[in-house]
Amino acid sequence: MAATRDTVRFRLDGALHEVRNPDPTLTVLRWLRINGRMGTKEGCAEGDCGACTVVLAEMGDGKPVFRAVNACILFLPMIDGMTLYTAESLSAANGPLHPVQQAMVDLGGSQCGFCTPGFVMSLYAHYRNGAVADEDTLRDVLAGNLCRCTGYGPILAAGRAMGGYPNTTEAVPDPVEADVMLALTHSDVRGGTRRFFAPHSIKELEEISAAHPQATYVAGATDVGLLVTKKLQVLQTIILVNKVVELRRIVDTGTALEIGASVRYTEAFAALASLHPDLGELLRRLGSVQVRNSGTIGGNIANGSPIGDSPPPLIALDASIVLNKCGARRTLPLDKFFLSYGKQDRAPGEFIEKIVIPKPAPGTVFRTYKLSKRFDQDISAVCAAIAFGNHKGAARDVRVVFGGMAATPKRAAHAEAALEGKPWTEPYVRAAMAAMEQDFTPLTDMRASARYRMEAAKNLLLRAWLETAATPPARIARAKALAL
Amino acid sequence: MNKVENFRPRIEGGVGEAIVHDSAHKHVAGRALYVDDIPEPPGTLHLALGLSARAHARIVSMDLSKVRAAAGVVAVFTHADIPGENNVGPVFKDDPLFAVDVVEYVGQAMFAVVADTRELARAAARLADISYEDRPAAITIAQAAAANLELETPQRMTLGDASAALARARHRLKGKLVMGGQDHFYLEGQVSLAVPGEDRDMLIHSSTQHPSEMQRLVAHVLNIPHNAVTIEVRRMGGGFGGKETQGALPAAAAGLAAAKLRRPVKVCLDRDDDMELTGKRHDFEIEYDVGFGDDGRLDGIETILSSRCGYSADLSLAINDRAMFHSDNAYFLNNASLLSHRRKTHTVSNTAFRGFGGPQGMMGIERVMDAIAIHLGKDPLDVRKVNLYGDAPRNVTPYHQTVEDNLAPDLIAALEKSSDYRRRRAAIVAFNANSTVTKRGIALTPVKFGISFTTTFLNQAGALVHVYTDGSVHLNHGGTEMGQGLSIKVAQVVAEEFQIDLSQVKITATTTGKVPNTSATAASAGADLNGMAAQDAARTIKKRMTALAAEKFSCAPADIVFRAGRVEGNGHAMTFAELARAAHLARVSLSSTGYYATPKIYYDRTMHRGRPFFYYAYGAAVSEVIIDTLTGENRVTRVDILHDVGKSLNPAIDLGQIEGGFIQGMGWLTTEELVFSDTGKLLTHAPSTYKIPAASDRPEIFNIALWDGQNREHTIHRSKAVGEPPLMLAISVFSALTDAVASVGDYKLMPNFDAPATPERVLFAVEDVRRRSGA
Repeated sequence: MAATRDTVRFRLDGALHEVRNPDPTLTVLRWLRINGRMGTKEGCAEGDCGACTVVLAEMGDGKPVFRAVNACILFLPMIDGMTLYTAESLSAANGPLHPVQQAMVDLGGSQCGFCTPGFVMSLYAHYRNGAVADEDTLRDVLAGNLCRCTGYGPILAAGRAMGGYPNTTEAVPDPVEADVMLALTHSDVRGGTRRFFAPHSIKELEEISAAHPQATYVAGATDVGLLVTKKLQVLQTIILVNKVVELRRIVDTGTALEIGASVRYTEAFAALASLHPDLGELLRRLGSVQVRNSGTIGGNIANGSPIGDSPPPLIALDASIVLNKCGARRTLPLDKFFLSYGKQDRAPGEFIEKIVIPKPAPGTVFRTYKLSKRFDQDISAVCAAIAFGNHKGAARDVRVVFGGMAATPKRAAHAEAALEGKPWTEPYVRAAMAAMEQDFTPLTDMRASARYRMEAAKNLLLRAWLETAATPPARIARAKALAL
Repeated sequence: MNKVENFRPRIEGGVGEAIVHDSAHKHVAGRALYVDDIPEPPGTLHLALGLSARAHARIVSMDLSKVRAAAGVVAVFTHADIPGENNVGPVFKDDPLFAVDVVEYVGQAMFAVVADTRELARAAARLADISYEDRPAAITIAQAAAANLELETPQRMTLGDASAALARARHRLKGKLVMGGQDHFYLEGQVSLAVPGEDRDMLIHSSTQHPSEMQRLVAHVLNIPHNAVTIEVRRMGGGFGGKETQGALPAAAAGLAAAKLRRPVKVCLDRDDDMELTGKRHDFEIEYDVGFGDDGRLDGIETILSSRCGYSADLSLAINDRAMFHSDNAYFLNNASLLSHRRKTHTVSNTAFRGFGGPQGMMGIERVMDAIAIHLGKDPLDVRKVNLYGDAPRNVTPYHQTVEDNLAPDLIAALEKSSDYRRRRAAIVAFNANSTVTKRGIALTPVKFGISFTTTFLNQAGALVHVYTDGSVHLNHGGTEMGQGLSIKVAQVVAEEFQIDLSQVKITATTTGKVPNTSATAASAGADLNGMAAQDAARTIKKRMTALAAEKFSCAPADIVFRAGRVEGNGHAMTFAELARAAHLARVSLSSTGYYATPKIYYDRTMHRGRPFFYYAYGAAVSEVIIDTLTGENRVTRVDILHDVGKSLNPAIDLGQIEGGFIQGMGWLTTEELVFSDTGKLLTHAPSTYKIPAASDRPEIFNIALWDGQNREHTIHRSKAVGEPPLMLAISVFSALTDAVASVGDYKLMPNFDAPATPERVLFAVEDVRRRSGA
């Protein structure tokens, strides 16, 4: 095997930090606080409140890219090679504040102040990326930061105002050269030795996977992180897949999009949204900026959750995945990957290499919807996707897929049959809605009752039909007040 | 005794100025210290709690050997290790620190484990081997009612003769509304750091709204005098009532471990543990039987309120009292019988939460207003207006307090106009007639909220003020800062009193060592009480300084004026600092305590009559919503608020309280749903499943204005309390959703849905109206 390195290296406030063989699942949040950096707070330890938001800078296409991420479920070795910023990084003690901070002060953006450093960092990433601060964008930028005091108005106002403050001189991030594969060996205080590998190439990944077939694969850790912080699991061996260059690519083959398994949601957004605006809106509502800046579509599929938001639309688009085990590749239609609750068609040591999404043929009708208690940053009660072609006035190759309705993301075979080859008219849509009773027996849980899931799922099919009519009804997600 | 230069007309940061929060610079820079940020003293250990897995069970055995043997564990404590009282209950001694023999809710603390790190302590806590023998558990209000479980005998408030009024009423309606509870979701969870000192002294840094109570309870747990325990709190990362009593268990656990081990011990609860262990807003069920005339005016009402209190009393008695106090909201009930059941359940003990039962009481009567309006085919606003309190005899509440300061009619009229309510309602009705899938709704609801602790003795406060010889001031009082801006408001009061710039007033951490025997910072009364106490302290010092200045300036004390940083009289002047220095040299004390007790209030709880409130705070809101009738998804698209804060001490802070309170109330009534399993386990115990409003839930059009007026009562600079009342403005959201759903049945049928109005409840209500209307 190639040379490896046992020291995690990253920059913080200009200083290079080198941490030798740390606990592989020590979170960035814990590392900061152990080292007396108390500005970054723990609010939930599951990536849902944003109080721990920090910013990471990496080089991308020759210029630095700034990502707001949740430090509470981010493992320290994952920031190897990066530049880390916290709220304290933005201004010296008793020194002038950064424009983002000053805007927050001037507009009354803090009350109790506990969530504030996280908001500052979400705004800071947006500021550094030079993006436009329009209202919708800001609401999205801040969707992953919860505030219980302000009602958000002053914070949104600060976001609108921050661009108007005099610029400060921003230090250009100086990421650390990622030379060789990070391979950590950590003696656990509870006994035993734990390992962490961050291969750089698919070849290295194949080798490490062969040597450690029981390892836990980690891409963004937005899910695996909770195994550590909530279930208190001790992960013996971790293979981080998001340094593997081949897995980080998006390829447009002309007829299909190939998304590498380690491509983050944020990075895949433009390509996927170009397939259909609905897919873009669904992704926008998946998690939060912080989650989408870390999480990957590959991870969303690989974890096999019945309520992941990407599988339903991808299945509707007839996506397939390429699995790799020691270099042996196989291609699997995505819906075949999900065998049963918690069980996927993946052998030990086998990893997802990429997702292949055929581009919809001209005339294809596609819709995808997400239902949740809260519009932004909520896990779906029901996620729906439908796609079909039009052949001489009849629906063809109908795919109706739901998340949250069964133990896996699942096609509605009876509903599809009721629509296949039929005119796309209300009677057939109603018949398909009725047929869904045979397709699903949803559960009642804290997100929704079985009855709601079934009725709403049927109605989403109806919504798809209504939306293909001449005057489609408005969507509520971004509804405005009645104009007078 | 020279003429002062740099004469300025006014100080910077006096009363009435819109000034940002005093810690804002530290908040944004990540340099404001919360309890978990205080540098840990050497040797600090970390504590985690072992929690019950059962709702109601006998503890057959509890084997903690694996816990003790786990990596990093230093000690394990159970009730057997407590030297004093095994109680952290504030009023009644029914909240054990650690369970003895029986557990009464899932998540109840059974033992504590102390380890080298928080992670190791948490891991060890899960290794306990406990066997239970289940007992019948009452999880819901209905189950508790069936088992006749109650915390006290049902309470009744009576005005006139409700049953006679109902019997002769022209119209009569009955109905029921169920409301869920609410988790505080303070961003900073419960946290305490206990540091043992010499002798038996114990210093506890606690995130608490009630340091004196933490002190008392910790002292009793440790069996030491109150004077051996000091509780300190600089700031909380949010409180909302959730840190009024609920900080006691973590504080006592850390204090116990620190006392036993003679080492500093910190407990910082994980969010899931916090949400399972600590109390929340009470769920309520309200049944009404109301009689009214053709114009919608109430003849009488009989209301039965039932609440899920949880396994212990905590503050539930006072909370349920306040639900009754606000069962009238701003309306004259004419004849009323309010019956309140306080149900004991095998769930977490519910506690104070912004509004303290008031929101639930108000929801009941606002539902009644909507039901009457739909029954009579009227605009709900007209029904509300015809029922508002007015002149005698229509000015008596069900607890026989006379409403003297009735702002509601004028305030509602102003908001109706400024929000363009009538035209918008007409436009919405027109929109709904042409829209099949989405429907809009609008509602204007008022708030009248009583200010004072209804337990009269709690309405007192103390302060401590020092003036140093450089003219800088050290300010301390019994109130605590949880983000609401109390510190800055009280500092403004002191700056105004001494006529010095706000920057000269140092805000300091609340500590039981400086101001003793304080009440909780609660009931919206923080600024009212502590502002007055601080003013009293400042005035005492000022009086002494005035006497000295009069002597130096050879004039009467009445001729001395403190103005913009200087002290003037008889053509002479000196700076405030010069006078302070002079006072020290003349051996005049520059330090004083201050004290305040709210006047006029009294209450006879046996009769439920009296004047529990010094005054009322008013407000009104118009909310506009849109619903999707295919999915029940809903949004609040516009809100207009007009709110009464008297003469504002700090409009920036007050506007922040109003907006934040509204959004929190909106969350309670829309997305925030506490779901318990049949066996009593809270299933929504983290933000992944419990959804407080996010940035995009804020209505895009959100107009907030302050009512131009002043408190008719003599409060601190004629201001009014602002902490809780705005939360109840969000009831307009629920009524607007009711309006939107009612449009499905052409406004002829009253929708039946409960709170929170999740997409599921809204969809089912739409379907129900459709079914009933045969549409």
